Amino acid sequence: MVSGLINANPTVYEKKERRIRDHPSDPTDEYAVEPIDDLEIFDHIRDIKDPEHPYSLEELKVLTEESVELDDKRGHVRVTFTPTVEHCSMATVIGLCLRVKLMRSLPSRYKVDIRVAPGTHATEAAVNKQLNDKERVAAALENPNLVDMVDECLAPSYA
Amino acid sequence: MEPNKSLVQQIESFVDSSTTPAQQIASVNSIASLLKNDSITMEFLVKEMELYLTTTDPILRARGILLLAEVLGHLQQKPLDRATIHTLVGFFSERLADWRALRGALVGCLALVRRKINAGVIIRSDAKMLAQSFLENLQVQSLGLHDRKLSFELLDGLLDRYPETISALGDHVVYGVCEAIEGEKDPQCLMHVFHVVEGLAQIFPDPSGPVANFAEDFFDIIGRYFPIHYTHSEDVDISRDDLSRALMMAFSASPFFEPFAIPLLLEKLSSNLPLAKIDSLKYLSCCTVKYGPERTAKHAEAIWSSLKATLCNFPRDDISSSASDLSNGMDFEENEITEEALGLLQKVASQQNTSFLNLVLEDKDIISLVKSFTAAGSSVSVSPKSKQELCFVGRLFSVLAKASTSSCNMVFDSLFLRLLENLGVAASTSSKDVLVIESNSPCQKLNSGVLYLCIEILGACRELAVASTELPSSFNFIDDAWCQTLVGCSSSLMKALISDLVPISNEMYREIDISSLKVKGLQILATFPGDTAPVSKSLFENIVTTLISIVTNNFNVTALWKASVNALAEIGTFLNDSSYSEKSLSYMSTAVERMIVLISLDDSTMPYSLLLEALSKISASGYTYLSRIAQELQEVMSAKFTKLYVDGDVKIREELVQLLDCYSKNLWSDLLQGTESVPLRLAIDIWDQSEAAMGSNFCVEGELLDATKMALKLAVAVLSEENQLRIVAKAFEVISSNLSFSPNFVPSKLEKLQTSEDTDGFTSKDEWLISLFASVIIALRPKTQIYNIKAVFESLLMAFLKGHMTSAQALGSIFNKMPLKNENMHDSSYFYLDDALTLVLERSLGSCSDHFLSSSSEMYGSDELCPSVAVCAPPQVHCISGLAWIGKGLLMRGHEKLKDITMVFLRCLVEIEALAENRGWSDREEMCPSLAKSAADAFHVLMGDSEDCLNKTFHATARPLYKQRFFSTVMPILLSDVKKTHSPTVRSMLYRAIGHVICNTPLAAVLSEIKKLLPVLLDVISVLSEDILSKDMIYNLLLVLSGLLMYKGGQDIAVENARIIVNCLTGLVSYPHKMLVRETAIQCLVAVSGLPHTRIYPMRLQVLSALSKVLDDPKRNVRQEAVRCRQAWSSIA
Repeated sequence: MVSGLINANPTVYEKKERRIRDHPSDPTDEYAVEPIDDLEIFDHIRDIKDPEHPYSLEELKVLTEESVELDDKRGHVRVTFTPTVEHCSMATVIGLCLRVKLMRSLPSRYKVDIRVAPGTHATEAAVNKQLNDKERVAAALENPNLVDMVDECLAPSYA
Repeated sequence: MEPNKSLVQQIESFVDSSTTPAQQIASVNSIASLLKNDSITMEFLVKEMELYLTTTDPILRARGILLLAEVLGHLQQKPLDRATIHTLVGFFSERLADWRALRGALVGCLALVRRKINAGVIIRSDAKMLAQSFLENLQVQSLGLHDRKLSFELLDGLLDRYPETISALGDHVVYGVCEAIEGEKDPQCLMHVFHVVEGLAQIFPDPSGPVANFAEDFFDIIGRYFPIHYTHSEDVDISRDDLSRALMMAFSASPFFEPFAIPLLLEKLSSNLPLAKIDSLKYLSCCTVKYGPERTAKHAEAIWSSLKATLCNFPRDDISSSASDLSNGMDFEENEITEEALGLLQKVASQQNTSFLNLVLEDKDIISLVKSFTAAGSSVSVSPKSKQELCFVGRLFSVLAKASTSSCNMVFDSLFLRLLENLGVAASTSSKDVLVIESNSPCQKLNSGVLYLCIEILGACRELAVASTELPSSFNFIDDAWCQTLVGCSSSLMKALISDLVPISNEMYREIDISSLKVKGLQILATFPGDTAPVSKSLFENIVTTLISIVTNNFNVTALWKASVNALAEIGTFLNDSSYSEKSLSYMSTAVERMIVLISLDDSTMPYSLLLEALSKISASGYTYLSRIAQELQEVMSAKFTKLYVDGDVKIREELVQLLDCYSKNLWSDLLQGTESVPLRLAIDIWDQSEAAMGSNFCVEGELLDATKMALKLAVAVLSEENQLRIVAKAFEVISSNLSFSPNFVPSKLEKLQTSEDTDGFTSKDEWLISLFASVIIALRPKTQIYNIKAVFESLLMAFLKGHMTSAQALGSIFNKMPLKNENMHDSSYFYLDDALTLVLERSLGSCSDHFLSSSSEMYGSDELCPSVAVCAPPQVHCISGLAWIGKGLLMRGHEKLKDITMVFLRCLVEIEALAENRGWSDREEMCPSLAKSAADAFHVLMGDSEDCLNKTFHATARPLYKQRFFSTVMPILLSDVKKTHSPTVRSMLYRAIGHVICNTPLAAVLSEIKKLLPVLLDVISVLSEDILSKDMIYNLLLVLSGLLMYKGGQDIAVENARIIVNCLTGLVSYPHKMLVRETAIQCLVAVSGLPHTRIYPMRLQVLSALSKVLDDPKRNVRQEAVRCRQAWSSIA
């Protein structure tokens, strides 16, 4: 087992101002529908903590607003994240966190795809395969150590 | 000897270390009380204790001395003679050397030093002895925490009470103190340390004294504490602020600290910690004032450069937020650091002479910044960075100009004139004729940055001038150099501001900033104090005229229009507060009168609502303007009414509604402070107009009627009793001659009336008149006696029986305010509240009154009125709703007859179905539910607060806690009825009534009964959630439930009922009709997740499955809460 951090000194970026929605719906209309949009999904995952550092994925630019693609009609969500270093062994943990968080936050009608941004990871294909394999995700969540780790990352920070 | 024996016992019990602390305290108290009662003398006590005070056993001796000391502490008020005090001081100061028994000695000395003056205090020579002993014997830093604290308190007390004595000790004392305080770390001790330093510095003000000599060492000790870093701990009630303030006083206590303090503070100012920065700035402000100008002057340059660095250091994220528009967003990113820095700058600037100002004004960076602004030309696009620089420079100069007259002069000389030149304003025009606008001079575009700076400086000058007028001395700012300069250039400046004020349409959006700035400039010019200088009357008039013309002509440029209206209102307020009669007059004639002319014009181009908005803003600025405007508004109102009768124009109708609304919403609150003439005239006018209109077939209804009612009510409410009477008389006269139904009460006609109880004969004209009349009655004061009350009452009652709600409200008001025994009304002496109520009940319930009232009250001989039970007709729905208002009137004053009315409602709820069946009412399927529903809703009227009547504005009599009282009486009845009933419809109506009562009772009262109520509350919610119309009630009930979950004492009840609470909440999370209900239900579930794990774990799956559906809620807020709640519940596994 390698001791020490994979990326000991990551670059921390500033949080971006939250984008304001173009067409706020009429607050007086009880029955107006505010559809789920990519920004809302991004809000769910932006504050997930990095497994190694006390920073959010947004601050490390693992995720940006552009990482979420949503096809609401077909119920398809795709999240693309960028590990901070190419050989980052935490990529699978980050992916797992994303999956668990979205599983808890999105209605079940969505199919969620999680992948590493092309060309940003040494074992890209393997990671992608692992993250989108239902059985392997389920197996990972049987592992108490992993679940603890994921819960820690998902714990609300109220920052 | 009795006291003797008990005394010995008490002493022994204290000295014995095996007794409990409580016993020890008790023995100290009893000994002290013996001394206070003069049962024993101090001498006697000391003699008794001799053994303990002098024994060689250190533990016993320590206890003995401590006992004496603590007893002494209780005797601060008890007079003791000189010899005793002298002996005691001698004893305790000597004991300071006894390190084994030190605690007692310290406590004793402290008690002696703190003695009250009238009870005999230590004389000076003794104090000196004590201080010497302290300095010689105590090694404070080697003592324990509590002893150190006592030592510092002793030192503090000595410095406080005997400064001369201490100062006589000279160097010795300063040495001693330095030694004692060095390295202290405990916050409580530090508070005393800082105070000791402050006191010491004050008793040695001599420049060759000990503090001056040892200033460096001394400051070395206290300087280390700066900046204070201290996280507040629970058990110590000292905050960081307290400590910081105490240290600041110590820093600034002696001017001899200056060579060491200011460099230290400046160094810390350049650090990155925001807290250190703020503290440094605060300390610097305090120190510069205390150290005096000469000492500060040495550091002027350093202070300026640090300040510049602090102020120029724009935090990066501010750029985006301050990138809003130039006019409003111009205010600097207000944070504490800049605030403090500017405050310091102002203090230094007003204290220092020209050299400091020169330093600032000739600073290279500042000059280059100003140059860059002047060079920028008229380009409007300003980058956020340069905008911030602009703000910075603007604030800087504004602070400097505000600081003092001389600094203002310098700012004018060095900068303002140059800026004016850049704007193309000649600094000294000899011609005063400003009205001539040279048409040939090309209107060059103004540089917005330069304009901004000019206006900032101008604003600062104004503040300086206003401040100087508030001084009591006859000092006049007009003779100051800056003011003379301003007199020279004011007219041309104004010309520059006025020209091109209104943006040309295609450039509108880019020019808006500049226009708003110009308006601000004009406002500043117009509100300069003084009748003639620096802004003359003609200039002033010109400004006001310009603003008015913008308001009347350029209403489509919204921002500019708003700015101008606000500027006009500000000018009005300023003139109203000050005594510049000439300008005030001219404001009246140019602004107010010109606006007034517009309102009476029928076809002004300006939208009516905007005109009214402008007028109400202006009228809010002073009573003189208000009364003039209100007078004119009324004339216009009368004219419009008259016109309306003639041709019934829709446009005029709308305008009238707006006019009346404006009156009710805007003018009314201001009218309260003034005289009654305006509201009186309004009320009389309305009645005159109504009377006049009776001839035509015109009628006021709908929106216009509502607006008229409101305006009339508010107007009458303001009036005094006599005037109210006048209005009532007038109103009664009008209605009695014009109503189509007769207000004359004839008992024999009663039955006939009942049979014709439909809306026949109730024309819309009747409705108009009776509504207005009821409005008058609603707003009366309790003391206003209505002379012909019987006739008034009768007309209202008849209208009420015909289903007119406003009349019911008026009746409720009468019942609420009616005197119980009206002695001075001989003409209708039989007309008591009870009689009136009987009358109302009988008439409104019709033939059923016997049934409804039979058991609740024995006093009605109903046989005569209702001879045959078989013909009993059901009461009307509107009568029930009307009775609710009457009940509310009784409830608020706490009258016992409320019981009868409540019983009527309860019977309607519970027995109506059975009754209908018995009596064979024909249409019972439609009628029963609606009757029951109106009875249930009556509880809402009873308990709720209404804006229409029976509130504070309309002088309702309200008994304290009437809601709580009603809640506690009616709730048990409703609950038992719920238990008894078997019919689901009846139960649902009872639930509705319960819901109304719970919603409108103060939360605290409900929560105290929640144990009984909770199951019912949950049932109510689940029953009501099937009805769309009761969504607001569900929300209010849910708030009660959330109150329970948040309330400390409610946790146990919530735990017991966790299952049913969760069942109810999981149902509500998908309540389709109100988003707030869903959101609140989810928040309640989050609160439930905090209950003990064992109770809620069984519900976990249920909650999670309910929440998984809510994740797809149409509303975003609900989804977000659901995610949060799901997280909370999934983490309790």
